[in-house]
Amino acid sequence: MDAFMESHYMRVMPFLLEGVVYTLLITGVGLLFGFILGAIFGLGRLSKSKIIYGISSIYVEVLRGTPILAQILFIYFGLPDVLGFNIDKVTASIIAIALNAGAYIAEIVRGAVYSIDKGQSEAGRSIGLTKNQTMRYIIWPQAFKRMIPPLGNQFVISLKDTSLFSVIAVGELLYMGQQYYGLTFAAFEALTMVCLMYLAITVPTSLYLRKVERRLDV
Amino acid sequence: MISVRDLHKSFGKNEVLKGISLEVNPQEVVCVIGPSGSGKSTLLRCLNLLEEVTGGEVYIEGENLTDPNVNINEVRSRVGMVFQHFNLFPHMTVLDNITLGPKKIKGISKEEAEKAAGPLLEKVGLSDKANVYPESLSGGQKQRVAIARSLAMNPKIMLFDEPTSALDPELVGDVLEVMKNLAKEGMTMVVVTHEMGFAREMGDRVIFMDEGVIMEENEPSKLFGDPDNPRTKEFLSKVL
Repeated sequence: MDAFMESHYMRVMPFLLEGVVYTLLITGVGLLFGFILGAIFGLGRLSKSKIIYGISSIYVEVLRGTPILAQILFIYFGLPDVLGFNIDKVTASIIAIALNAGAYIAEIVRGAVYSIDKGQSEAGRSIGLTKNQTMRYIIWPQAFKRMIPPLGNQFVISLKDTSLFSVIAVGELLYMGQQYYGLTFAAFEALTMVCLMYLAITVPTSLYLRKVERRLDV
Repeated sequence: MISVRDLHKSFGKNEVLKGISLEVNPQEVVCVIGPSGSGKSTLLRCLNLLEEVTGGEVYIEGENLTDPNVNINEVRSRVGMVFQHFNLFPHMTVLDNITLGPKKIKGISKEEAEKAAGPLLEKVGLSDKANVYPESLSGGQKQRVAIARSLAMNPKIMLFDEPTSALDPELVGDVLEVMKNLAKEGMTMVVVTHEMGFAREMGDRVIFMDEGVIMEENEPSKLFGDPDNPRTKEFLSKVL
């Protein structure tokens, strides 16, 4: 027992626990803003206005069509050249997750809203609700239910994507594992524990989502 | 009450309404019959601008709906509409379905709106269903809730778009009964229907449409008994 407690499997843990805080912080805050962006641009993709539709489409296509690794490097190293000030690592990571997940969430939002029967908005409009009221009280609540499973899926994807931010040394989970085996050469043990830490978040999330799905009957 | 002048409606190159003119007087019940694809539902949907009008004019109580300055939301709150597929809001209880409009559009308090919903539910025979969700209702019950939802806005006109076509035959009667009572109370109604019995009994006037035009417009006894237009005769011989 003592041997195990003294092993690399356990000694890496303090590092990883520090890293997982950043991983969750970046994922959580990033997705919060990502959802706002996704809602705006997802609804923009359903707009009749060509300009709003165009801007939304460009956003979605650009962010989905470029690798997130390039996006984080662009935000952290590229943008400061133009802006004239540095962006701290955590902020840059949050921005990258928000922008990247926002594009995918926009498609989730668009699909969910589009899937609501046209009769629902017609019924809303026919009693005299405005377009915005119809969206707010009738379409959105129904569409949001349908967004929950794919949003959960996006959470898992974005969580894993944060590992790419180890390139800017933001101190998330994978980076902390790398730091450990850089010092100790115990790569097998460190990376095993890193993967187990990811699984400890993603597997319960998936199970919980399946439960929510069943309850919502979507 | 309703005045339609040379109404045209096209979907792309397909002209569905080819110049419809129509008057509906206060308290009148006008039934519109005709084969599928004749444009009767489209005509009805033009009366509250659920369909954009391509040409011509639609007046509701003297207001020209095709005038871009008209507040269409305000007009719609005075024109109730009942759909073939009910279109109840599935995420709301029956009571919330009915009170949404009064609360959000008229700004009436929740308590007051719910108090007003009571007699409406009674009118459609569903007082015991106030707090259930639409999914637990039968088709006929759903349609009666939809009627109550429209009535909650105190409309001057009610439009019915094949209100019984999606119902099991044994459920049609209850819905027609509610509609008959409405007609007797003096509601102005335009009813697109396949229920020839209802049109004959309750219609003050019956309109037969085909190929995007009004083929014949007559009192029900005349239109059903001795139609002027051979197309009417042909249609009736198939459905009666």
